[in-house]
Amino acid sequence: MATFNVVLGGAAGQGVNTTEEMLTKVLKQSGFHIFATKEYMSRVRGGINTTTIRISSEPLRSYSETIDILVPFTSGVINWCRERISESTVILGEENFRDEAGDDITFIPVNAEKMAKELGNKLFINTILSGLLCSLFKADKKILTKLVQTKFEDKGENLSQENSDAALEGYKEGEKICKEYNLAFDVDQDASVGETIVLNGAEAVSLGTLNGGCNFVSFYPMSPATTVAVDLVNMAEEMEIIVEQFEDEIAAVNASIGAWFGGGRGFVTTSGGGFALMCEGMSLAGMAEIPLVIHLAQRPGPATGLPTRTAQGDLNLALYAGHGDFPRILFAPSNISEAYSLTTQSFDLADKYQIPVIILTDEYLVDTYYNVDRPNVSEKINHHIVEMDKKYKRYVLSESGISPRGVPGYGDGILIANGNEHDEYGDTTEEAGLTVAMQDKRMKKLDILKKETLQPRFCGNENYDVLLISWGSTFDTVKNIVERYNHKKLAMLHFSQIYPLADISAYLKRAETVIAVEQNMTGQFAELIQKELCFKIDKRILKYDGRQISEEFLEKELSEKGVL
Amino acid sequence: MAKQAKLFDSKRPKSKDISWCPGCGNFGIRNELMDVLEEMQYTPKDIAVISGIGQAGKIPHYLNANGFHTLHGRSLPIATATKAVNPSLEVIAVGGDGDMFAEGGNHLLHAIKRNPNITVIVHNNQVYGLTKGQGSPTSMTGMKTTTQPWGVYDEPMNSIAMLISQGCSFVARAFVGHKDETKEIIKNAILHKGFSYVEIFQPCVTFNKINTYMWYKNNTYFLHEHDVTDKEQAMIKAFEKDPYPLGIFYINKEKPCFDNHLPPYKTNNTPLYKRQPNFDKIREKLNYRSF
Repeated sequence: MATFNVVLGGAAGQGVNTTEEMLTKVLKQSGFHIFATKEYMSRVRGGINTTTIRISSEPLRSYSETIDILVPFTSGVINWCRERISESTVILGEENFRDEAGDDITFIPVNAEKMAKELGNKLFINTILSGLLCSLFKADKKILTKLVQTKFEDKGENLSQENSDAALEGYKEGEKICKEYNLAFDVDQDASVGETIVLNGAEAVSLGTLNGGCNFVSFYPMSPATTVAVDLVNMAEEMEIIVEQFEDEIAAVNASIGAWFGGGRGFVTTSGGGFALMCEGMSLAGMAEIPLVIHLAQRPGPATGLPTRTAQGDLNLALYAGHGDFPRILFAPSNISEAYSLTTQSFDLADKYQIPVIILTDEYLVDTYYNVDRPNVSEKINHHIVEMDKKYKRYVLSESGISPRGVPGYGDGILIANGNEHDEYGDTTEEAGLTVAMQDKRMKKLDILKKETLQPRFCGNENYDVLLISWGSTFDTVKNIVERYNHKKLAMLHFSQIYPLADISAYLKRAETVIAVEQNMTGQFAELIQKELCFKIDKRILKYDGRQISEEFLEKELSEKGVL
Repeated sequence: MAKQAKLFDSKRPKSKDISWCPGCGNFGIRNELMDVLEEMQYTPKDIAVISGIGQAGKIPHYLNANGFHTLHGRSLPIATATKAVNPSLEVIAVGGDGDMFAEGGNHLLHAIKRNPNITVIVHNNQVYGLTKGQGSPTSMTGMKTTTQPWGVYDEPMNSIAMLISQGCSFVARAFVGHKDETKEIIKNAILHKGFSYVEIFQPCVTFNKINTYMWYKNNTYFLHEHDVTDKEQAMIKAFEKDPYPLGIFYINKEKPCFDNHLPPYKTNNTPLYKRQPNFDKIREKLNYRSF
């Protein structure tokens, strides 16, 4: 499988995104599998942001830091990427970046700026570079020109044609460079790419909510969770859903509670700091048995931390959020397809069990995109509600712990929901017996949830000595390494459901060495395993610099631990 | 004379033991609310009373109507959303001065701005009752409380002025002792389309020895010949004290209402709990991402 990594780096506002968009679209339409992930600074202008675009003949899901082609848009990019540059890296840049590259690196000058000026507009530079990069992979020229024309359609016929010409000039320049420097980036096309669609994690979550019947979205802007709200608000009119930006996260979560209480299907999207403010609302949902679906896109904390970077540090926050005891579900989608399907499923589970469901993603997953198979669309939503008669009691002490949930106005009865401890009607009580009975009733639901817990995915050597334990967005990267080093008796168990936790004791006991792989400082998931399964995982590979675990990082860590 | 059963009087077991202190102003507000709703020909299933925490917040337990006894200060976002997803409900948010002005202050400010079609009733007794006698945002200067033993040093919050200044679309104040007038104000608030704010003066017989029934009676008067559409006049009246004006201060029927801008109801009034998503549209959305 031939795979190449192209990295575009520039200041915010320099057009890196435009080039990325044109390049990935042309490549995908030409029949290549694509993958793109970005790392960016918390600023609107300036700084250095980079995008890693991976191109392959087969589906790509894992993150690799290797750079085959680096295209700096500004000075400083080469130094910013220094650790990712190797002997095989080719830098394509303006002549004035040569000094920064140094002598040991293949530097190929590209006069895109000059070409753009000659073509009459400095802004053509992004189109030229897109064309140039497309030519390296022998992408379809016709697709390139058509796409560029469509992109600049609304800027007028002239500009649209000029951009298209600029793209072709870039394409020619690329061909020239390949010939002159004897470069070849041969990737086979795959006809099945045409059937796939391209989604980023945020879009997968957004579409998953719609497929789950969500009709009320409440949020307060916070990176990296805002993208989901923006996606949803742009579909609100057409999908006939309510999307409202509230005054703070406290209001956002309570509004969602109010929406579910009133018979809607609420959804909240936030990040760690915002979720911290929602703990009180979590607790209310727990006591009043109101469903709740919260998307928590993680970024490094504490406090403001690194607003635009990635982490898996909010597991404990999500697990313990809210005072008192009550059941909950924690999902951590492993990839984009699961970000869609688990989000959809969250609505049904929240509704059915009348509990909070938290979907833990992270900046990496939200911002990463690649081509995936078209996800399934549901046929029907099951509203787990009942028509109330005059004898209706909201909190009936039932065998299963689930008390049929009514909605105000549905039927002739009424319902009382309550954040205080209550009797079966929902009226406040302080009776000791009833207090215990109600708490037990609510917690009984956890027994059913445990039976329905998603089992972790096992990959690698069946006769493993070393077992890696991972969760969330690192799945495909860890899987790649485990498969590559299958002969080293390496295997993995990967979790998309964090809580309730599946019992994996048998797997753990069979291993000589168990290593937790996580993107937080302390190994929060390993601690949860110890608490739930009484198994201590001593060895841990932890990354907490705000950057996603890459294949290279994992290889290095495993080598240092003597596994590889 | 035997008392006639009221439609909104709860027969549930716990409703019999009302935990307010004898003589509490909350009894009067509850009665006035029950009467208004019945007179307006609502049935219990039409109403949702969403309360915060405090003595006032207990009211859903003493009413035969849908209710949600929520968290301290959080009733307004909950009520806003409940109304948004279930528009045929008449949603009434209830809380005390601590609930609405202290813990829930930010939500109150933004509810004014958002202008959802709900009614809020604030039981203002100028002291914290349930937590036993601490000063509230509306406690009077000099009042000695359990947590301000030397007397409250600052000035009470002027909620009426705050609400009018922010353009709240219906602003009124009542005193629980005036039964008929209070009922009339509540009725108008419910009928108003938009965020209707009704502050009701009520004594706390246990912890507030200053603002008693007699004090409120002697220190209030009803607005007369007041133009409720005149914001400037309303603002002047809002700053009047000793005596404090009662009645409707301000109505703005032009203010954009949150509920009028909700996409689900542009072509269809079915409540959301009876709807299915448009799966074909979701398929279209997915197709669009074919890049």
